Amino acid sequence: MELICPAGTPAAFHEAVDAGADAVYCGFRDETNARNFPGLNFSREELKEAIAYAKKKGCETFVALNTFMRAGAEEIWYQGAADAVACGADALILADFGLMAHVAEKYPDQRLHVSVQASASNPDAINFLVDTFNAKRVVLPRTLTIADIARIGKSIRCEMEVFVFGGLCVMAEGRCSLSSYATGKSPNMNGVCSPASHVRYRKDGRDLVSELGAFTINRFPEGEAAGYPTLCKGRFDIADSNGYAFEDPVSLDVMGELEALKAAGVSALKIEGRQRGKAYVAEVVKVMKAAVNSPPDRRGALLSRLRSMSEGQKTTSGAYEKRWR
Amino acid sequence: MTQTKRPGLTLGPVYYLWDAAKWRDFHFRIADEAPVERVLIGETVCSKRQHFIEPHLAEVVERLDSAGKEVVFSTLSLVTLARESKQIREMAETSDHMLEANDLSALAVLKDKPHTISPLINVYNAPTARLLASRGAKTICLPPELPFSSLREIVQNCPEIDFEVFAFGRMPLAISARCAHARSKGRIKDNCQFVCGEEPDGLPVKTLDRQSFLTLNGVQTVSHACQSLLGEIDDLLAAGIRSFRLSPQDCDMVEVARLYRAVIDGGMAADEAIARLQQVYPAAPLANGFHHAQEGAAWVARARNLQAS
Repeated sequence: MELICPAGTPAAFHEAVDAGADAVYCGFRDETNARNFPGLNFSREELKEAIAYAKKKGCETFVALNTFMRAGAEEIWYQGAADAVACGADALILADFGLMAHVAEKYPDQRLHVSVQASASNPDAINFLVDTFNAKRVVLPRTLTIADIARIGKSIRCEMEVFVFGGLCVMAEGRCSLSSYATGKSPNMNGVCSPASHVRYRKDGRDLVSELGAFTINRFPEGEAAGYPTLCKGRFDIADSNGYAFEDPVSLDVMGELEALKAAGVSALKIEGRQRGKAYVAEVVKVMKAAVNSPPDRRGALLSRLRSMSEGQKTTSGAYEKRWR
Repeated sequence: MTQTKRPGLTLGPVYYLWDAAKWRDFHFRIADEAPVERVLIGETVCSKRQHFIEPHLAEVVERLDSAGKEVVFSTLSLVTLARESKQIREMAETSDHMLEANDLSALAVLKDKPHTISPLINVYNAPTARLLASRGAKTICLPPELPFSSLREIVQNCPEIDFEVFAFGRMPLAISARCAHARSKGRIKDNCQFVCGEEPDGLPVKTLDRQSFLTLNGVQTVSHACQSLLGEIDDLLAAGIRSFRLSPQDCDMVEVARLYRAVIDGGMAADEAIARLQQVYPAAPLANGFHHAQEGAAWVARARNLQAS
């Protein structure tokens, strides 16, 4: 199985390639991709240089253009696709039908991958994208169990890529407007979720309160580590109880299920984290590459090193395990 | 645009799990009294709930049909199981009514059949709308998140499609494989015992500072605030919007429809209709922020009218 690694900066890109990534995914420094954060992403020149470096080392580059085109400004996304193709991208990761149609028609030889943001969660949906846009691979939503994935794999006509490590969306990706409900900025339109521009921390007595827009997302008593107020990982009041209503501040880790994923027909494992620093990327990619190449009984020791690097140091296998639901 | 058809009202699918008799009687009254042209029917949130409405489906459809309403069957929003896919395929093959696509699998099986597109399908630009139209979409209800500037651009560039907006109701914001509603009552999705049926208008999610924020409806999360585009109807009509979707809440939806009808027909001032709407549905504040490119929870007062008065 291929290991698909994140890079938010040229430095992280080099680290990922050197650490043994089979492919690195990245995006341009604008609203065309779903990690449109300040200080992240690539200029055209940087992408060109990065792809050249990767090619030299036998590593592929996937360019994410996975937000939805703003009406009237489609040219920004079309130009992004044109530039990514010209830079030699091995695949474009797309979510918007209009953009998929454009790429399929204009660059018929360009490999097209379906972004998780497209929310293709079943064989009919996936084959629709294969037949209509000649998609070669689908990144599956984090709403499926491994049994679901195995069943889907038997009836689709393209490759499957799944998230195995890093941030975890609780909601079906590409179908969530929680962030824009509170801030006006969304993953689909702006490439951001719970953006830092709308985050505020304030002291209230002995508590530290985190806010997103006008809403309190969490409250940390003295001594408790305060996390970032990602909306769906907040603590809320429901009826008579309060707590993490949607998901605890955990991150995804299904590296323990590599054999099951392989048996399900998964061809690529994806690491989330384009917002992460180069040291994190280097370490995670190195360990995971070693784990993928090791016999199953040797993986445990390798992977325990990774656990300490997870957000909040707590991990979950998410929807891959049925009880999570 | 040469078409001069009267702007329509559409009643969206009931998102919440209502008692079966309540669901039936609600639609009977809509058939008999509500000034709506089109009615969406079907369980769109959770396939586990489907058996609740099934015993009453035929009589509800018949009542709506004979009242002259256009009945459209709405499909499931998040399709992951084989039986869910199969059900959508069978609906597409056998239905004598139009279908509305709520996910990509429905788009796939509805190719070349006339159908409608729900606000849960991501239509953010004209090329996407045109692609869907080329596959048989007749009406597209645009996503609630879409700002007016985008809406106007899309409608202008796709004269062949009828566009609808999500004009009333708590806004569908997210859907998950996980059921936060069941979890809040100490259960999980697989042993939920349909506890979401205990809240016919959703379960409030408040912040730790007791701000009303979101609402749980099974695996779906909807807003606390209720979308109201009564004050924007003139702008939307001028932009070429053909119909307005009213999403059922646990309130007098016939009266809600009458208010929208009155404003569309010019028989009532928007400000008066807004004041009355708040009385008809006092459970939530009104919001229109998405339309004005602000946070969806925001309420933007009608500045132009205030200046005029």
